[in-house]
Amino acid sequence: MSTTHIAPTRRAFTFGISAATGGIILGLRPIPSFADQSADLKHEAQGSESEITAWVVIEPDDTTIIRVARSEMGQGNFTTLPMLVAEELECDWRFVHPEYIDPGEHIARGHAWGDMVTAASISIRGSQSYLRKAGAQARHMLIEEAAERWRVPPGECSARDSVVTHNATGRTIRYGRIAEAAARRSIPANVPLKRAEDWRLIGRPVPRVDVNDKVLGRPIYASDVRLPDMLYATVSACPALGGRLKSFDASKVMNMPGVRYVVPVEDTAVAVVADSWWQAKKACDALPVTWDPAAGKGLSTETLRETFSHGLEASDVAIGRRIGDVDKALSGGVTIVRADYEVPYLAHTTMEPMTCTAHVTEGHADVWAPTQNGEGTLRNVAAALRIDPSNVIVHKHHLGGGFGRRGLAQDWARIAVLIAKQVDRPVKMIWTREEDVQHDYYRPMVLARQVAGFNAAGNLVGWRARVCGSSILVGLSPDRLKNGQDIEMMNAFLDEDMAYEVPNFEVGYVMRNTPVPVGFWRGVNHSQNGYFRESFVDELAHSRGQDPYLFRRRLLSKGPRSLAVLDEAARRANWGQAPKGIFQGIALVECYNSVTAQVVDISVSDTGELAVHRVVCVIDAGYIVNPNIVEAQMEGAVVYGLGAVLYGQITLREGQVQQSNFHDYRALRMNEMPKVETYFLSSGNRYTQEWGGVGEPGTPPLAPAIANAVFAATGKRIRSLPLANHQIRARPQ
Amino acid sequence: MPTTTFVINGRKVEVDAEVDTPLLWIIREQLKLTGTKFGCGIAQCGACTVHVEGNAVRSCQVSLEDVAEKNVTTIEGLSANADHPLQIAWIAEQVPQCGYCQSGQIMQAAALLKANPRPTRQQIIDGMDGNICRCGTYPRIVRAIERAMKGV
Repeated sequence: MSTTHIAPTRRAFTFGISAATGGIILGLRPIPSFADQSADLKHEAQGSESEITAWVVIEPDDTTIIRVARSEMGQGNFTTLPMLVAEELECDWRFVHPEYIDPGEHIARGHAWGDMVTAASISIRGSQSYLRKAGAQARHMLIEEAAERWRVPPGECSARDSVVTHNATGRTIRYGRIAEAAARRSIPANVPLKRAEDWRLIGRPVPRVDVNDKVLGRPIYASDVRLPDMLYATVSACPALGGRLKSFDASKVMNMPGVRYVVPVEDTAVAVVADSWWQAKKACDALPVTWDPAAGKGLSTETLRETFSHGLEASDVAIGRRIGDVDKALSGGVTIVRADYEVPYLAHTTMEPMTCTAHVTEGHADVWAPTQNGEGTLRNVAAALRIDPSNVIVHKHHLGGGFGRRGLAQDWARIAVLIAKQVDRPVKMIWTREEDVQHDYYRPMVLARQVAGFNAAGNLVGWRARVCGSSILVGLSPDRLKNGQDIEMMNAFLDEDMAYEVPNFEVGYVMRNTPVPVGFWRGVNHSQNGYFRESFVDELAHSRGQDPYLFRRRLLSKGPRSLAVLDEAARRANWGQAPKGIFQGIALVECYNSVTAQVVDISVSDTGELAVHRVVCVIDAGYIVNPNIVEAQMEGAVVYGLGAVLYGQITLREGQVQQSNFHDYRALRMNEMPKVETYFLSSGNRYTQEWGGVGEPGTPPLAPAIANAVFAATGKRIRSLPLANHQIRARPQ
Repeated sequence: MPTTTFVINGRKVEVDAEVDTPLLWIIREQLKLTGTKFGCGIAQCGACTVHVEGNAVRSCQVSLEDVAEKNVTTIEGLSANADHPLQIAWIAEQVPQCGYCQSGQIMQAAALLKANPRPTRQQIIDGMDGNICRCGTYPRIVRAIERAMKGV
């Protein structure tokens, strides 16, 4: 295995996890399987190829390698990000071969590939500008090279489908023939980009480049990595969150078959390393361990609720937004509406449990990681091992699900290298599902209190929202705190993500941090706050005897983009005209520069069996790069959100998470799947040139839309989740 | 260590491992076929679905000794040329997102269609609701199975 950091030869950092753009639909050349990864690790530059810009390499046979800095976790980045480059490059899409960049290379070359973070629905909106530019620069250089050979002005030439043409004479030359020479030209600073009307790839349902591998079971995930002499590990962390490892008796398991090492992971966990994962797991189960619950002692859902409930009354409030004077507006002569809401902790349960493979030698580490943040993994590994970041190589793999679990939270990578540091061979660490559920960075448990008032004329004159829970940023991204405060805990109520016009408004957050780790979950704070806000708006509408859709419309007189999306959702869902026995709920959430509205059609039986028949989802994400992938994201967001609404809750007793696997932390199943209809609006472009995200925006409106529909159906207002706690369960199809 | 013999994807293999080892780990580690995935370990998610004697089973719940002298098929052996009608339909419907559950989904669907070549939508759902997908590919899975069934 290679243990030196490979110099910036471009081919070197592919190490085999190439996109298998191939086969059945695209008819591309077959991509060799990378079953033997040890050989791939030594893979060096092959043949002649040319890096035109950092993003684009064109081989003599026209193969066009487009580098991808962000991660593919199902959301389609391996397809959509190269589409943005290829659009401007004017290459033949069939020649495109996406490839991950190496995080170490990225740092060594001064962050040549922008940002690697794959979170906050940022990938397209955060890189579209420089990716399109990179494609245009490379095209420009290819055209210049061809023009020089022909001794004609570049302006007389055009490029399309990986061919440069001299328009007057019809002379042509393939990209592959001039790429090496073009690569030696200087990169133009400013190249005009195509107008949106001229796009030929962006906006089309280009087939995903990763599906062939995924229907053939090819080894594309970190958990599939195989290295010479590799051992397997599993981990047991202190069952009580915030607790400590006191002692363990390795002698009781060292004689079990295959067991090689029993090692502590700092003072928080213990790992068993064996010849096979099953041997490691059996020994880990049998290992006598003594834990000190420490900070987790006495910690329970009830004590946490009490802490957060007191917080709602506390004075150490961070104000995220204040308009007018709410106190004044709500005093005297107004009709007051109040409601308290609560959401539980939620786990991510990616299909691929936490895993990472590591080989640590003196002062050096290689890790094979399913990471949403390649550079973050590298830096966390370096910090955990106290070695220089330049001595860490992160091999990126497609993720078996991310949903925010594998971004800033890098505990899994840290634990893997701390195990591997104590072992003289490569180690593949895989957590059991139980470990995965019980040691997550959960979506925070949050309590909310809202009060609003209407004046005698029936106008909404004031609204106050308070939320209390643990800060995500304090634990995972303290650099984003503002004066020590986590303003993002108020998302969905802040200026930029609430279009409703209320003359007197205030949102505040009371931070109460606990030993329970909290993190980014699909939709992050928009998800629980969207539920609080949109359910409460529904309550306000009903308190006035008004239709909840029309009530929202009236609050959106200065929010044309949100209004357009809301209107479209109501129109597509035939709002107000549901058949007998079907009840509708509506919700609207603005987040990640996108606006999403959903209308759900449900029915509820007398015995509390809920059927979700249809979810109409309208999203305005500005430009849509790949409509088929956006539809898939909306379907996925609904599935993720609906599972949580119905069943999702992590509860604690004596610091220990009470759920452990899919039987008691349920995921939505096919027999509970509603029909999802997705419609796009691009009204946003009329108001802003920004591009919107699509990975997360489909999740936050789902919970309030369902809860509002349950109210319409039953008259019961759902002020806490999940529905299972209200004796409402899914009716299997 | 005892030797267990069985047939995987048409190839006879001899495996040296404790006979109570779940088939899943034999397939992934000893036989180096990693298309079959670990998801839960308790037969709740279906990511580890393979065929034993043509029937879909959760390989996390089948021990090595259970498959002695039997025929096991994994996603790698489902088709000789990556051309099982379900694989083609899966691509046509652009089913996978993260893809981690998809081997199990396809193996489950293949057993379903083998037992019932013309399932109704309800029968598809009944046959597939033991397989979890966290990315939400369910509607596309249904469409892909219906496409494969119709031979389009």
